Amino acid sequence: MSGRTPSQTVGPFFAIAFSRERQCDVVPGGSVQIVGHVFDGDGPVHDAIVELWQQGEHGTLWGRCGTGPDGSFELVTERPPDGVADVQVFARGLLRHLVTRLYFPGVSDEVLDAVEAERRETLVAREEDGALRFDIHLQGDRETVFFAV
Amino acid sequence: MSEDRDVAILEDVDPPLHYPDYRSTTVRAPKRPLVVLPERFRDLESPVFGHESIAELDNDLTRQHEGEPQGQRIVVTGRVLEEDGRPVRNALIEIWQTNAGGRYRHEGDQHPSPLDPNFTGAGRTLTDDDGRYEFVTIKPGAYPWGNHPNAWRPAHIHFSLFGRAFSGRLVTQMYFPDDPLFDQDPIFQSVRDPKARERLLAQFDLALTRPEWALGFRWDIVLRSTPFE
Repeated sequence: MSGRTPSQTVGPFFAIAFSRERQCDVVPGGSVQIVGHVFDGDGPVHDAIVELWQQGEHGTLWGRCGTGPDGSFELVTERPPDGVADVQVFARGLLRHLVTRLYFPGVSDEVLDAVEAERRETLVAREEDGALRFDIHLQGDRETVFFAV
Repeated sequence: MSEDRDVAILEDVDPPLHYPDYRSTTVRAPKRPLVVLPERFRDLESPVFGHESIAELDNDLTRQHEGEPQGQRIVVTGRVLEEDGRPVRNALIEIWQTNAGGRYRHEGDQHPSPLDPNFTGAGRTLTDDDGRYEFVTIKPGAYPWGNHPNAWRPAHIHFSLFGRAFSGRLVTQMYFPDDPLFDQDPIFQSVRDPKARERLLAQFDLALTRPEWALGFRWDIVLRSTPFE
């Protein structure tokens, strides 16, 4: 058997294929709104796509949302039973996608506990005006913790 | 297997996140090392995409408009497998590409090459029980980009795949054999292992051509094995 197929960047034009229908609603009409911005070393990233994966009663719930001109994205969902969602980030300039985890406020597990204390807060969403804010920093002082899978 | 070794293997096949020849990696690649996620946290199954999410002509990019697109008709087909050779069934594959002149149907693409009113450049399909997929499209064009002086992307088709689980997710690009632009393309070259790089190339296969109609290319895609049975 030959080896794995390597990753390549999603590039800037994925919306041609990914935007045929609205997919920012992980759970349409869900009670949880997740808002955030994606930042790189220069500022907001207007051409990223953020995927949210989480456990549901009948299998995995999934959605994805492209960032706007200001780097913002917005996903609608329900709180997963374990209070954690998996996040995958794709963008031009990322030769392979990044994986992170979104913890609802107050939730922790052995993965979060194993992260150095001063970086843990990059994985925890915080309440803001009735929504949950989860900003993703690709670089910088507040660089998000990303995982190898 | 130690955690360090795990990360090293990942690097062997996949490109590094920071690859300065591809300029935008410099501001986007995280600078801190990745944290290894224990295996039992990688096994979230992929969402189920039913046949209702695929329309009949979604895998034929030459029949999505009133007329036919310009360009060389091609068939691209192959199998989606895991590393141990097991087929991945019902895997969602989404593709996007330029038209024959190297232009994407996207407002951000300012390449002065005409749009083709008969070509959108997007397709999707599900693999069958054998892991097999097939697209009919036209050969995409090369195009210039601003990465370095006189930079050109080799012709490619973007592929997005959902494997059996979270860890099998893959976004990549398929290239065509013998493209003269490979040597100067930092995205293609970012895959450092030449054998792994070769796996990004489709193979021309005369047996797949449709006589009097379209050329045929074969491209198998191998995803990371699922960490559960």
